[in-house]
Amino acid sequence: MAEPADIEAYLQQQAAMTTLRFLTCGSVDDGKSTLIGRLLFDAQLIFDDQLVALEADSKRHSTQGSELDFALLVDGLAAEREQGITIDVAYRYFATAKRKFVVADTPGHEQYTRNMASGASHSELAVILVDARKGVLTQTRRHSAIASLFGIRRFVLAVNKMDLVGYDQAVFSAIEAEYRAFAADLGDIAVTALPISAWKGDNVTGPSAAMPWHQGPALLPFLEEVVVEPSGGHGAFRLPVQWVNRPNLDFRGFTGTVAGGTVRPGDDVVALPSGVRSRVTRIVTYDGDLDCAETGQAVTLALADEIDVSRGDVLCHRAHPVQLSDQLAVHLLWMSEDDLIPGRQYRLKSATRTLDCVVTELKHAVNINTLETQAAKKLTLNEVGVANISLSERLAFDPFQDSAPMGGFILMDRRSNATVGVGTLDFSLRRADNVAWQALTIDKAHRAALKHQRPCVIWLTGLSGSGKSTIANLLEARLHDLHRHTYILDGDNVRHGLTRDLGFTEADRVENVRRIGETAKLMVDAGFITIAAFISPYRSERRMVRELLEEGEFIEVFVSTPLDVCEARDPKGLYQKARAGEIENFTGIDAEYQPPVRAELVLDTVAMNAEQNAETILDHLRGIGVLEV
Amino acid sequence: MGQLTHLERLEAESIHIMREVAAEAARPVMLYSIGKDSSVMLHLALKAFHPSPPPFPLLHVDTGWKFREMIAFRDQRARELGLELIVHRNEEGIAGGIGPISHGAGVHTDVMKTQALKQALDAHRFDAAFGGARRDEEKSRAKERIFSFRNAQHRWDPKNQRPELWDLYNGRVRDGESMRVFPLSNWTELDVWQYIHQEAIPVVPLYFAARRPIVERDGQLIMVDDERLPLAEGERPRPMKVRFRTLGCYPLTGAVESDAADVPGVIREMLNARTSERQGRLIDHDEAASMEKKKREGYF
Repeated sequence: MAEPADIEAYLQQQAAMTTLRFLTCGSVDDGKSTLIGRLLFDAQLIFDDQLVALEADSKRHSTQGSELDFALLVDGLAAEREQGITIDVAYRYFATAKRKFVVADTPGHEQYTRNMASGASHSELAVILVDARKGVLTQTRRHSAIASLFGIRRFVLAVNKMDLVGYDQAVFSAIEAEYRAFAADLGDIAVTALPISAWKGDNVTGPSAAMPWHQGPALLPFLEEVVVEPSGGHGAFRLPVQWVNRPNLDFRGFTGTVAGGTVRPGDDVVALPSGVRSRVTRIVTYDGDLDCAETGQAVTLALADEIDVSRGDVLCHRAHPVQLSDQLAVHLLWMSEDDLIPGRQYRLKSATRTLDCVVTELKHAVNINTLETQAAKKLTLNEVGVANISLSERLAFDPFQDSAPMGGFILMDRRSNATVGVGTLDFSLRRADNVAWQALTIDKAHRAALKHQRPCVIWLTGLSGSGKSTIANLLEARLHDLHRHTYILDGDNVRHGLTRDLGFTEADRVENVRRIGETAKLMVDAGFITIAAFISPYRSERRMVRELLEEGEFIEVFVSTPLDVCEARDPKGLYQKARAGEIENFTGIDAEYQPPVRAELVLDTVAMNAEQNAETILDHLRGIGVLEV
Repeated sequence: MGQLTHLERLEAESIHIMREVAAEAARPVMLYSIGKDSSVMLHLALKAFHPSPPPFPLLHVDTGWKFREMIAFRDQRARELGLELIVHRNEEGIAGGIGPISHGAGVHTDVMKTQALKQALDAHRFDAAFGGARRDEEKSRAKERIFSFRNAQHRWDPKNQRPELWDLYNGRVRDGESMRVFPLSNWTELDVWQYIHQEAIPVVPLYFAARRPIVERDGQLIMVDDERLPLAEGERPRPMKVRFRTLGCYPLTGAVESDAADVPGVIREMLNARTSERQGRLIDHDEAASMEKKKREGYF
């Protein structure tokens, strides 16, 4: 890089430059890392000490003989250098005289699809590499589909290794035609096809003498000039509130990054989902108030009224509000080793809002290689599906195709906090809007009052043979003697009707407990003291039932009987069958039981008999006021 | 986003990250290393929360071997801005006489920096710590998330990082676990200097060329900042016009000869530079993949 004659002029020119964030993807040996290394090298952005280290590394690891192996510049983790593959997305930074670039170098292997999705979500353009000798492969389609799913609309098809096919135009044209035919299924995307050789440098930074038949620009000049549409396509103003700024009693500001549109002082705004209205009085920044804030700027808005707006609310213009829904259709990419199970609760984060979320229905999985759909009961790592989700409260959102910042979401595991899924909000199922809750004259309190009792659910959980049904039966008899209106939901009995269609896989067990939970809720609503006796092996599902009910209504009773005792009792001969391999997914044998951490009651069935344990539950019900003392 | 220039975009992204942490973490802290990246990070924090002060303290892990000018600058900045500054030193290490000259760069960095940092984070039960690291500095950093999860032992597991999509950061941790958060992840060295110039951000004068007492050690120019640096018999420090591209413990930080007395001068030299900035850091040369190894052990 030449020394600029006037550094101030240089800095002014630099200050006006924009950034293009793009990702490179392709199959294992298509030469992604080589291409990035070549771009950095040709743009003279590799420092001497890095070059010395590269020469040493090339000798140690390289597959390229004694020549420099540019891939080693970008594969940064020890495991990647040893195995010669890219595992995780790496970000690289370079600039030319015209533009700044951030390159996400993403892994090609199917098992690292989630890392590719991460790279795609931070990019505005995708460079899809194809080996000219191999043409469009399964991976080519997968990478294009993922990039498209996560919002990229601009694609470059870089047909690489043209030197190895004799720079043959016919080879290039055939690959381009095949790719365009496939890309037509990806919706509204723009594709530019370029023949290159990353290894030799053809059509990378400048035109190739070997391919005079190629009329278009080389890759780098193209990237310097390409215009990408800003996200937030419909242009309506959105500001998801991140943090409420209250330095003193005289100032209250709402901080956030403008996710779409522009805002000016004087604009009428509404905060959703709370629905409170006000007017923007100031756009406050450290550098002074602004007349206008645009998409992407991080600002603080002051409003005319003392209204209650908090993190997670979205400020928008009254004329163009966001949508509200708690039931949505989504696309979902699963990113966890533990399968996605419909019915299980996760945490969803969208913009600045975090809510509880259940996948209520998995419509189908999408084969990301062919875009074909197929029926599915669960999603495993790296699978894409279309699903319906239900949220604990209404979410303010825009469909992802209108606005990536307002329509993207992640799912987090409630126990480990890991990020387990990512998706796009496609549309509201409108149930929240159209299926209003029918207000009834007689409610739970009326029904309970007539029965002179406080309804609740006594939930007995424990291994098969632990004694749940026996205790439940005795407990109901004692309550009946006390003139209490009761109902028992028993594990074996519901499987004859309510959940007859379900088996014993993890997914089916979750759905089983969900249906029983909803039924128990109806029983409580009807005013009954409800006794439920189910193995219910997973903490997350028991918590789901607890959260369906009101505070204090769910009484978790852990029937704590050691496995060897249950197995010795074996009242139905099931353990024997399970040990013999005749029954699969049997809790305690080849399926997990997660004991409660904070049960209201823990019953010891070894030291106490069933009558004593039923009495212990009655004592507890007296203690919490369900029964009179 | 098409309208924003690259610096505006970087600034907005960093501010967004800081606000997410302030809103979601229970006890955030900002690691303040006194260097140029920390100076930029602190400036961004002032912007992010204006007119409030940043809602977290600054933490400096003092190895006892920083340049004297760094310590003076640190104390002056904290005083001017009225910010809470926590200074932590590994007292055990001090009692054991650990230092870079007596024990070597590896042991010194581990005990006085990595272990000291873990002590401070544990003692204050911080669940999120901002660091000024950038992805363009080093290859393993290029792979690290902006929100980088650390287990209860402060370890980084590069093969099991949380996927990070859009600006939907997952900062959730359980008791004892924590997040290292890098708001400057997407900044380059040039971006940092341009921004310092544009915003007139104060930095330690060691970044600018001046005549300083220098000795040569293993091909590096080392400044004799105090009497603890052993000199060979008859050796006398040579006054040389030098500056530093990065700042750390003075016996471990190599200077470069330079005439750049101001920020434009530094940028001019950088445009012609043929070595990367970490080249002056002796600790990175220890072994292959050394930064990744240190990070796994809890180093920033």
